[in-house]
Amino acid sequence: MKQENLCINEMNLNFLSKSANESFARATISAFIAQLDPTIDEITDIKTAISEAVTNCITHAYKSEIGTIYINCKIFENGKILIKVRDKGIGIKDIAQAMEPLFTTGGSERAGLGFAVMKSFMDKLRVSSKVNKGTTVLMEKSIIRRNITSVK
Amino acid sequence: MGIKLEFLENKLTARISGEIDHHSAADFRQQIDNFINKKKPEKIILDFNEVSFMDTSGIGFIMGRFKTAYNLGIKLKVINIPKKLERLVKLSGIKNLGILE
Repeated sequence: MKQENLCINEMNLNFLSKSANESFARATISAFIAQLDPTIDEITDIKTAISEAVTNCITHAYKSEIGTIYINCKIFENGKILIKVRDKGIGIKDIAQAMEPLFTTGGSERAGLGFAVMKSFMDKLRVSSKVNKGTTVLMEKSIIRRNITSVK
Repeated sequence: MGIKLEFLENKLTARISGEIDHHSAADFRQQIDNFINKKKPEKIILDFNEVSFMDTSGIGFIMGRFKTAYNLGIKLKVINIPKKLERLVKLSGIKNLGILE
């Protein structure tokens, strides 16, 4: 039974914190997880969560500079997807406050719902951060495995 | 992907297509706000029928246009939000603004 938790593939993606890369990150992650044959709804959930995490890096972590965003994605035999989005930006002083729905330091065009969406659209969310060192967002979602052999 | 603006009998209809994220929302916002300031419409319709993806930047975009319109005394409605965006819309609570149709 241990075999079920086997990591079957892994990818790393590093790119500059330019807003044009938000769609690039979403598209790349959805192409990678397509190997697990997810449903359209599952892909939408994951794309939305990635988009939020990457937007946070661009608008908050690297708000006054261009830095590098690091994404690591692992997929497992049992349908589990682990996504890590990391930056080396300004960090978050108060994570609990940052995660509160509607809290934002981003001005009137930001809804303050990024973390609420990541939490709701994924199964698990963990945020760790150090001021002036950076932030790591770890997200996990298990998708329902259908019969892979039928895809051949 | 983009935004199409139509102006007829003092009504501005903005048809948005493609993906709304923090990147594209900035462009959509600029185009629509410029138009509002120039033409001062009585009514604004945001048509989301052709939106294929949106994250909370789309919510911020709707809230921002609502505030702009409200401050100028303009009526604003958001129409044709696709089914696949319902979960995000529900979570955001923007239904309470009374502008969704």
